Amino acid sequence: MAEATEPSATAKAAVLGRIRAALADRPGPVTVPRDYDRTRSTADPLALLAERVEDYRATVHRVDAAELPDRIASSLAARGARRMAAPVDLPTTWLAPEVTWRLDTDQALTIDELDGIDGVLTGCAVAIAETGTLVLDAGAAQGRRLLTLLPDYHLCVVRADQVAVSLPEALARLDGTRPLTFVSGPSATSDIELNRVEGVHGPRTLEVVIVG
Amino acid sequence: MAGRGVTWLGTPTFPKAARTALADTQLRTNLRNATTTIRGKRAGAVAELPDWEPLRRAGEAIKDEVLANLDTYLERLEAAVTARGGVVHWARDAAEANAIVLRLTREAGADEVVKVKSMATAEIGLNEALAEGGVHAVETDLAELIVQLGEDRPSHILVPAIHRNRSEIREIFRREMPGVDQDITDEPRELAEAARKHLRQKFLTAKVAVSGANFAVADSGSVVVVESEGNGRMCLTLPETLITVMGIEKLVPTWSDLEVFLQLLPRSSTAERMNPYTSVWTGVAPGDGPKNFHLVLLDNGRTDTLADTVGRQALRCIRCSACLNVCPVYERTGGAAYGSVYPGPIGAILTPQLLGEDVDEQAKSLPYASSLCGACFEVCPVRIDIPEVLVHLRAEAVESKSKAAPEAAAMSALAWAMGNPRRWAAAQKAAGVGRLLSRGGRISGLPWPGSRWTASRDLPAPPKETFRAWWRRTRG
Repeated sequence: MAEATEPSATAKAAVLGRIRAALADRPGPVTVPRDYDRTRSTADPLALLAERVEDYRATVHRVDAAELPDRIASSLAARGARRMAAPVDLPTTWLAPEVTWRLDTDQALTIDELDGIDGVLTGCAVAIAETGTLVLDAGAAQGRRLLTLLPDYHLCVVRADQVAVSLPEALARLDGTRPLTFVSGPSATSDIELNRVEGVHGPRTLEVVIVG
Repeated sequence: MAGRGVTWLGTPTFPKAARTALADTQLRTNLRNATTTIRGKRAGAVAELPDWEPLRRAGEAIKDEVLANLDTYLERLEAAVTARGGVVHWARDAAEANAIVLRLTREAGADEVVKVKSMATAEIGLNEALAEGGVHAVETDLAELIVQLGEDRPSHILVPAIHRNRSEIREIFRREMPGVDQDITDEPRELAEAARKHLRQKFLTAKVAVSGANFAVADSGSVVVVESEGNGRMCLTLPETLITVMGIEKLVPTWSDLEVFLQLLPRSSTAERMNPYTSVWTGVAPGDGPKNFHLVLLDNGRTDTLADTVGRQALRCIRCSACLNVCPVYERTGGAAYGSVYPGPIGAILTPQLLGEDVDEQAKSLPYASSLCGACFEVCPVRIDIPEVLVHLRAEAVESKSKAAPEAAAMSALAWAMGNPRRWAAAQKAAGVGRLLSRGGRISGLPWPGSRWTASRDLPAPPKETFRAWWRRTRG
């Protein structure tokens, strides 16, 4: 171990020394102007979220709490999804009875299992209306990052109280030390003549249900 | 021993490379289409935010604060990453960084790594260094894959294969991608699908991944990667070992500072409200993602850049590439002409500075790869005054040459002529002679020493009458 750390300590001392020499003029303290908008008011944040998510060619539904189980069941049926993955703490009312559910328990689902499954159903931590973004933080009803990455179809449920209008508002609600994934539409590339193509490596289909 | 990387050895100076590029009409067509499209989209995405200017000012100031106290913030980052189970390494130059990554890869027992596109690892020539050590690096970003398979150079920071059209990409895939359907069409959807199939097994079996970082938060040790395709997420979550190589300037002080940059970056780069995927991780998270996380902090000329009080603002760059898409010079020559990992206006100021004492004739030519029109400064989300730095670097280049050098002579002659109204009027009258040399209002070849100027640009013919003469005649 000493062998491995010694050169690094030398390099560290050298880099810090160069920085201090480069800053011989040590510029004075910088005042960061914070006059940008931290929040913005909007008449209907849920409608804005729906519109912005749809802009990414994702499917969006708006339902009230009582309609949610039926909405999930019919979305899965419409897609022909029979075997679905889900985090172990998914609310039981979301588990549509016609579908075989594979929960990511202590006996974690393997990569091969996830690779071959029809889709995944999760909740989220926060959604950002202005940008049409869902943020997953591995918290309640979300599970490990792999769950929403390997299956080709991601159905995500957003509660009204999880919706922030602006990005600064959303970040303030999040803990930056958790593993976070910000999702804005399905996986996409524009590398070929700037044509947008959905689904390169992440899920090709993103479907969002907004509750409230 | 290779130097600092950054430039491609053996590439010609910018004027020579530009001449070749200008003659390639396919390249010019591909580039014009791409830059025109993305310019328009970006303007729309930016116009949507009423507080764009305050965001730019905040972005500029946060980065200046980081640079002014870089030593403090780096030590804070190291402490935070270490406390969360990550290991931090320091690298003075390309060779040192490459050696660290190679050693870590071998220790993980891997002879192949999957890579998410990273400017820092391109800058240090990591793929080549790994290959020398017997490790194969697989680029997983679609555009990088196109460049890698085509044994080509990237020509844009954000969309490295922008110089290729769909039929060229189809040919590369048919020729170089093992097992690809030879009947594949040139539909972007089919080509993307082929890349998905090609890389899927690599992702699922890779032991080691290498990434760059868009941002790191000094307070918390959180690292951020912004991407679109999901190849980033694959690399950041599937393998057991994740090695991130990050330039030392990529810090922000606190978590909430990301609220500025996660707005500035996507709208400036891909002209989207948000890019499809942003991943944030802090050290290791038990049961979720890699078991081992290594962060390599890379200097490689950044401290030399920091030492220049005018040029250091280049270190604010967040690699959005907006300056490329608005640059009239880039639009006509493409990225390869710059002979550097960092093309376009930002490359013209960053490349020679990163090279420091190693700067050669090719890199020295880059500050001249500009018309100084200022469009790059207008779009820069962190307000880097690229024209100011270009002029500063030109002045340094001229100073380092003999006073008899053509530019120095021309500049001092110009200063002398403009210093006195009568001399200036005489000079303008003399310039009227230039009309005799012009064809269709353009001069494409001046006699020596002017030939050194027109070798790399056409000159508009001087007008029949000077503005001053016209004013006297019509209003005087």
